Amino acid sequence: MSVLEIRDLHVSVGEGDDAKEILRGVDLTVRSGETHAIMGPNGSGKSTLAYSIAGHPKYTITGGTVTLDGEDVLEMSVDERARAGLFLAMQYPVEVPGVSVSNFLRTAATAIKGEAPKLRTWVKDVKTEMSGLEMDPAFAERNVNEGFSGGEKKRHEILQMRLLKPKIAILDETDSGLDVDALRIVSEGVNRSREEGDIGVLLITHYTRILRYIKPDFVHVFVNGKVVEEGGSELADKLENEGYASYVKTAEVAQA
Amino acid sequence: MSTENASMTDLTTQPATLASELFAPGVGAQAGPPTTPASDTGTAGDVQPGAHSHGGPTPTGSPAERFTSTDPDAFGVPTGREETWRFTPMKRIKPLLDGADSDARLSWTTDLPEGVELTRAEAGDPLLKGLPEPVDRLAALTRQRADGADVVRVAKEAQLDRPVNLGLAGTGGDDAVVWGQLVVEVGAFAKATVVLDHTGLARYSGGVSVLVGDGAQVTLVSVQDWAPGAVHGGQYDAVVGRDATFKQVVVTLGGDLVRLVSNVQYAGPGGSAELFGVYFSDETQHQEHRLWVDHAVPNCSSNVLYKGALQGEGARTVWIGDVRIRPSATGTETYELNRNLVLTDGARADSVPNLEIETGEIVGAGHASATGRFDDEQLFYLCSRGIDAETARRLVVRGFFADVVQHIGVDALQDRLMASIDTRLGALPALDEQPVEVA
Repeated sequence: MSVLEIRDLHVSVGEGDDAKEILRGVDLTVRSGETHAIMGPNGSGKSTLAYSIAGHPKYTITGGTVTLDGEDVLEMSVDERARAGLFLAMQYPVEVPGVSVSNFLRTAATAIKGEAPKLRTWVKDVKTEMSGLEMDPAFAERNVNEGFSGGEKKRHEILQMRLLKPKIAILDETDSGLDVDALRIVSEGVNRSREEGDIGVLLITHYTRILRYIKPDFVHVFVNGKVVEEGGSELADKLENEGYASYVKTAEVAQA
Repeated sequence: MSTENASMTDLTTQPATLASELFAPGVGAQAGPPTTPASDTGTAGDVQPGAHSHGGPTPTGSPAERFTSTDPDAFGVPTGREETWRFTPMKRIKPLLDGADSDARLSWTTDLPEGVELTRAEAGDPLLKGLPEPVDRLAALTRQRADGADVVRVAKEAQLDRPVNLGLAGTGGDDAVVWGQLVVEVGAFAKATVVLDHTGLARYSGGVSVLVGDGAQVTLVSVQDWAPGAVHGGQYDAVVGRDATFKQVVVTLGGDLVRLVSNVQYAGPGGSAELFGVYFSDETQHQEHRLWVDHAVPNCSSNVLYKGALQGEGARTVWIGDVRIRPSATGTETYELNRNLVLTDGARADSVPNLEIETGEIVGAGHASATGRFDDEQLFYLCSRGIDAETARRLVVRGFFADVVQHIGVDALQDRLMASIDTRLGALPALDEQPVEVA
């Protein structure tokens, strides 16, 4: 049983006079066995939240706390956060030329588990998960994200989540750019993780489309760097029908 | 950003923006095929030397007016101000340029598969007269001092069952310069891989001429795994026959100074040349690779990929990539790419691509060059999977090299070279080199 607690998180980008506050006091709690959807318009700071939790150096934490099972996440380096059980499926995974997927996965698994996985079971695990995500076995010999299609990159992200078995997984717009088939395959991968273990999922999305495949327990509406409304999955239906217009308007009034 | 960055392409003047997009295919390239040459590439008849060299002083050694001769004195004695010598530390290459005659030899260890013969051609042999001529004084001296050549002959239509391996070891302890000239003659439709494996301590200047018969497929691998202190100069020529395929892989890791000039010309249409290179320069090592691909016949292709990493004070690399597409070379397809990874302060990489296009009737021509620091986004990606920063860094640099080394196609050699690179990078912790097969 794990819990990720975000309290009054303030984050900015840039330095000195160019510094711009993106997150303005985020409060959020994600527990094992829960799926949270964070929904919001472009530029509301959703991805900043994801990358800040993962520790991207571009973002400066100016206030608040993030803890995983009571441990101070903000004090940890990027790799320590991953080893503590956090996982970020990225919207734009980068290419790593010359590093094969199989080598990368094994190196990551070794780092997370603290020892090299047994070769025989590891190969079987990788094979099983790849077939679950309808990935060609030849994929393992390709270089990480090099020349991958949008759908392949997202499957590769979910493959890593399946193999590394994090306590809390943050999926940053994993649905963007996917066709219906790829969306289904990726969603099924997430659902398998939810059914099998007590992973907590923080699903960041602009659209409600993915929520037809992954049922959220909680929906948070994110506007202008903070959560402005929270509810159950019925909130997603409301957003589907009405969009973000009313929230954005309110936020603008509040700013003025 | 304190990296010295003397690269001459405008692409490399903004290391801070170095990101994956800088390395994307086609970046810095001229999209082909242009119906008329791009405005800055010059046109047939009025091409300026160095017209596409991205500024800087006009290189007098531009492909358009390249001078060749078998007479060393025809080149004069270089001062270091000449275009072809301006990057080279003249003091350190002086022992070679002094040109003192000697009988010193490298120690040879050979493995010759069936269908291959190793012989000696004397100085007056017609074979030597037909070789591409030296392009600088050192190469001309070498041709002269070598007094003949060692000849590796692969019979026509031979399909070698393993690589021809020539281990060329410096024996050290002697200041005498070793002069060498090797000719690799591969008959029509033969298939051969020839590995030159340079090790040990020597002052060595060696010419290598590869004559690729029509329809033959030849891979030449040249490994510079010299001991510290070694000095190595050499001109490599390939004459690619009709519909033949030539691949050259140059791997420069060791030595104090290595300066290799690789030239490609095509003897008939339909030829293909791939020039791959990796180099890894540590403290004070000077590694210089100069390439010249001369497209003078139709429907040939060339592809150049050189990657280098530098670490330590005084690490220095130079990459010059000249490609010329003459008016007669219609249907040419060419691309060249040089990437340099500067791992520490105090290292300097020069990269000068130079593409001259004299006909618009080509399939495509482009080049890209980028010199920069480690990519922070790659680092973040790997670390976000639990991999510590040091391991991630090694993984990426290893991958950076593996990308080129895998073109050698000789597993045992690839493994040895990657192990050697690993040693330089420090061993990857907790990662044995067991490959994971997923099939």
